[in-house]
Amino acid sequence: MLRLQDVTKVYKAGTFGRTHVPAVTEVSFDIAPGEVVSLIGESGSGKTTVGRMILGLTRPSAGAITCDGVDVASLQGRALRRYYGAVQGVFQDPFSSYNPVFRVDRVFHMVRRPFLPELDDTEWRDRLRRSLEAVGLEPDDVLGKYPHQLSGGQLQRLLIARALMLDLRFLVADEIISMLDASTRIDVLNLLGDLRSRGLGVLFVTHDLALGNYISDRTIILWRGRVVEVGATPKVFGDPRHPYTRMLLSSVPQLSAKWETSTVEPLEAGTELAGPLQPIDDDHAVAAWGSR
Amino acid sequence: MSLAVDNLRVHYRTLRGDVKALDGVSFTVADGEIMGLAGESGCGKTTLGKSLIRLDGRMRHVEGSVVLDGTELPIADDRAMNRYRFREVSLIPQYAMSALNPTRKIGKLIGELLAARGESYDDRFPELTRRLSLVGLDEDVLERFPIELSGGMKQRVVMVLSTLLDPSLLIADELTSALDVSTQKAVAELLVEFRDREFVRSTIVITHDLAVLYQVADTILVMYAGKLVEKASAEEITTSPVHPYTQLLIASMPEVGTRFADERRTGIPGRPPSLLRPPTGCRFRARCPLAFSKCAEEPPFVEVAPRRYAACWKAAA
Repeated sequence: MLRLQDVTKVYKAGTFGRTHVPAVTEVSFDIAPGEVVSLIGESGSGKTTVGRMILGLTRPSAGAITCDGVDVASLQGRALRRYYGAVQGVFQDPFSSYNPVFRVDRVFHMVRRPFLPELDDTEWRDRLRRSLEAVGLEPDDVLGKYPHQLSGGQLQRLLIARALMLDLRFLVADEIISMLDASTRIDVLNLLGDLRSRGLGVLFVTHDLALGNYISDRTIILWRGRVVEVGATPKVFGDPRHPYTRMLLSSVPQLSAKWETSTVEPLEAGTELAGPLQPIDDDHAVAAWGSR
Repeated sequence: MSLAVDNLRVHYRTLRGDVKALDGVSFTVADGEIMGLAGESGCGKTTLGKSLIRLDGRMRHVEGSVVLDGTELPIADDRAMNRYRFREVSLIPQYAMSALNPTRKIGKLIGELLAARGESYDDRFPELTRRLSLVGLDEDVLERFPIELSGGMKQRVVMVLSTLLDPSLLIADELTSALDVSTQKAVAELLVEFRDREFVRSTIVITHDLAVLYQVADTILVMYAGKLVEKASAEEITTSPVHPYTQLLIASMPEVGTRFADERRTGIPGRPPSLLRPPTGCRFRARCPLAFSKCAEEPPFVEVAPRRYAACWKAAA
């Protein structure tokens, strides 16, 4: 179980860091193994910061992130390496994750010594083949190639395959679909769904509500660094309560309904958060709001 | 008829030979039409947009003509095209909002652009401020630097700026792709507003996002590997596409409400062919579930039903 408890991140900005910019404020949620959780927000909502804190790339200013009860921020040395053996991230731009000078196989070799030194060559090749198959790639099609010879979807699936080489329990997938073409993005998305049945917990960070709705079991809506609505995906999408969630949903371009026919009023200027999350139903909670 | 493109071929020169990015496309855009141009990356949609206004150094005009309002555009002649740029044809390139000069205030930047076309900033000023307020911007953005504006504001400035001389044709390349969903909606709706107010006569909206096109475009033209695939009204393309590529593309898109557990969507296996040595016949043949022997011959882009065009032997039959 990966748990975030009142996690807050404040960045210092301005001359001599005198201004404090809250990026994430008192965010709490859990991800269980075998569960896909969507973290949805627009730019500046703090969704990437949440992912980075889980991966230990940024320390929370307050609150705690625990993995099976162990505080992630306290991990060092071997314990931290063990943590990375169980929790991994894949990011938005697959093209910049590779060094164009080397063959793509290099990304796999780079995890071998630190994480899987006990495997001999046969075991290693066997595991490589199995994880490539798990992401739907034919080893002969991709191994030995240079990054420019493969499509974005293939490169992205290779990175997921690398994460699967380890005995992975949680994956932070930060906008992994947004740079892929329509005809391949759905394959990567389906892959996340299939990995769930293998017991993997996934935090799917996205700004695209249709994709979040398609793949996730639970949905968290982030607005200005705070959770405004959280719950089982069909409840959040079927019965959105917070005005921000409603506005967001009505703005999504769809093929089945035109914007003109939408009846949802735009978010009132001055709408502010007024309180903590209140449960309104089984597995559905909404933060109170008010007008300034 | 506003724009007529006939058998346009534009290739990129590379050391390994010509990349046939645009390989014989013919279509028309009517007065007042907003045409969406969709396709995967590398299909030639940006090349098509750029060809109508400026060929860069690597691009070579092989053949074909572009006629705008009865006048043939000298697209291969960089200098002769200058007369038409900004006045007759305007392009909002990809990442336009990131290309605003960071050292100039918005007002000064617009003034310099107008001066470069021999227009006076002061004469245009009343119309400029009127249009800025129309898109929801205060006059004081003119006194601000691009860094002080949000993405949505910058994109609105770019739209007002590129249509200030009321061009006949506006080409907007990935106008809304970098914006948040709520801003995306506001900016995309401006395209319709600008057309309705006749700031531009016709518009070509280039994007990979069919759902956005469905919201704002009258017609949608789908491209694949340097060729035209299908053109029809936005409604028909999304509800009853006739070309297998369009069908598969639409089927791969999850809608709000589609769930992985209940209704699994699938992508299109394979990847687009290399345009360095494109295959003969239909270019979608290798990925097409309906391909048959005749597909080794190239299907023409023809009217398969009134106002519906497609390049597929199965659709034509």
